[in-house]
Amino acid sequence: MLEIKNLHAGIEGNEILKGINLKVNAGEVHAIMGPNGSGKSTLAQVLAGREEFVVTKGEIKYNGKNILNMAPEDRAREGMFLAFQYPVEIPGVSNTNLLKTALNEIRKYHGEEELDTIEFLALVKEKMKLVELDQKFLSRSVNEGFSGGEKKRNEIFQMAVLQPKLAILDETDSGLDIDALKIVANGVNKLRSKDKAIIVVTHYQRLLNYIIPDFVHVLYNGKIVKSGGKELAFELEEKGYDWVKNEKIEEMVNL
Amino acid sequence: MNKSVNIKDWYISNFGEFEKRLNGGRENFIHQKRKEAISSFSKLDFPTVKNEEWKYTSIAPLLKHNFVPTFERKSISKEFIKSKLFSKMEHSLIVFINGKFSPENSDLLNLPEGVFVGSIANEIKNNGKVVQKYFGKYADHQNHIFTALSTAYTEDGAFIYVQAGKFVEEPIHLIFITTSAEEKILTQPRNLFVAEKNSQVTIIEHYVSNEESIYFTNTITEIVAEENAVVDHIKLQEESRKAFHIARMEVDQERNSNFRSHSISIGGDLTRNEFNARFNDEGGECTLNGLFMLEGSQLFDAHTLIDHAKPHCNSHELYKGILDQKSRGVFNGKVIVRKDAQKTNAFQENNNILLSDESLVNTKPQLEIFADDVKCSHGATIGQMNEEAKFYLKSRGIGEEASKAILLHAFASDVITSIKIESVRNYVEKIITEKFRQ
Repeated sequence: MLEIKNLHAGIEGNEILKGINLKVNAGEVHAIMGPNGSGKSTLAQVLAGREEFVVTKGEIKYNGKNILNMAPEDRAREGMFLAFQYPVEIPGVSNTNLLKTALNEIRKYHGEEELDTIEFLALVKEKMKLVELDQKFLSRSVNEGFSGGEKKRNEIFQMAVLQPKLAILDETDSGLDIDALKIVANGVNKLRSKDKAIIVVTHYQRLLNYIIPDFVHVLYNGKIVKSGGKELAFELEEKGYDWVKNEKIEEMVNL
Repeated sequence: MNKSVNIKDWYISNFGEFEKRLNGGRENFIHQKRKEAISSFSKLDFPTVKNEEWKYTSIAPLLKHNFVPTFERKSISKEFIKSKLFSKMEHSLIVFINGKFSPENSDLLNLPEGVFVGSIANEIKNNGKVVQKYFGKYADHQNHIFTALSTAYTEDGAFIYVQAGKFVEEPIHLIFITTSAEEKILTQPRNLFVAEKNSQVTIIEHYVSNEESIYFTNTITEIVAEENAVVDHIKLQEESRKAFHIARMEVDQERNSNFRSHSISIGGDLTRNEFNARFNDEGGECTLNGLFMLEGSQLFDAHTLIDHAKPHCNSHELYKGILDQKSRGVFNGKVIVRKDAQKTNAFQENNNILLSDESLVNTKPQLEIFADDVKCSHGATIGQMNEEAKFYLKSRGIGEEASKAILLHAFASDVITSIKIESVRNYVEKIITEKFRQ
């Protein structure tokens, strides 16, 4: 589904990603872990098509298509979804307005009919239960005045409504209490299916108790330095990121 | 001899001719006012950018055109008028074409007793008491050349008089249509609205044109809100992109009166709105909201003044501008809190979004406070489109243009959510939506 080859990217001349290779197949859940500043969020943003980040080398193929020149909105319409680490507050734009417009733009793109208000509300109400959000929330402005937990739940709610094929969760677990974490994880697990893939970007192993990944990758200094199964996450939790860093240095010394 | 002197001379030398054409109009009280005004006019000069109040707004392009009044009566299609209505049927509608009352297009069937809506020309002709009392009371012509011009050449405009205790449910819709084709005409609607004690009324001044022609609207509106009166005023300016529009609004607020103004402007090549509100007594409330959306080489200038002369009054002012291409905006908002005006609350804010590198806003909030127990604040921002928010919307599958439209609409909507009458608010919403759909 997703194939990243030798991806180099940066911002304002600073190279942050220094040759990422990653392959994600449909049905898989991948966790990308790493210390702060390793490039996790950059990778997530580059996948979503953020213009500020410049890709200098390499390629990203999504369902066989090179998406580097694809606009962010078209990536979304093709089924990619990024749950933001810091969801943006948009005063004056209601959650309903955002979701209805987004959903219908995606449907239009695929030549499907737009949903009318009744169909839309039925869908939305069903998905709201999933993330335990109150109905009043629909008429509120997007993320405005939301608590950290509400913002993260809103991301998962949007994901549930838009039903992406490839979801990238950028530190959706950070700052959540255990109840909110369970709600978020439950929302994500509901999305899991044979034809969908999920990339969970996280700093902490904790989330992976609830979303069990098929693969874990460790990102350090712009490169994936270690990949393994879910046990790798436990090992990281136990030994800390210094373990990876030291190992990396050892490797370099041995070269 | 430069052209601005030309047109000034024209107005002075044609004044006698103008008065003669007003069939008997010389017999009434206004004759004296006109004569005084033309005398003021001849003594005053058109402002230049050297004048502090006109620093960012040059009227040189206006003077270049030699706009003159017209006596020709023109008609306008019913369809055009219908397209400017808030709802299919309106029974408090008064239409002016090229500044003159058009009874055949107006519909005033729904007015409650004690509420008078009509042409100010009639009131002047009949030497109406209310007109005599308030006409030109606050819009003085001694120091203002455009007011002098308007007063000297006063012909018609809207007159609304709501007697004490009357509540006018349906909004009163005034449509000023200019249809000028190739002629460079000057129209000068002169409006007077008086809301007596305990009355309530909503008035919409709506300026439109049926073609993209060059003309000049020089309008004055005087509003009196007596004790405990509630006056909602909405000004919609959807004129030709080539039009010139200079407006002055004077509002007088008596004890416990509530005045709310919403000014929405998308038209005009050069628009200047002067707005002055005074609290003559305690307990008044004044809301001043404005929205201007500009493109091309449009210039919009809002000069507002709220005079807190008495204690225990509240004023809220919010003006927003969205500017594209080479357009320019000017906001000059002054709030004076006089020595006796303790317990004043005055809040003022001006926010602007520049969509292009060449657009420009000059904003100047001014607070002059002479009392010590007051709450006042003011602020101004000039920024660009919020790129983070735009990316967020795009990442959800919403296209570039649609994302922009959503964000601008949200920015603008803030100003109009406080318009109480739904049909009017929807009409304004439609203006905004269409503006950003291009």
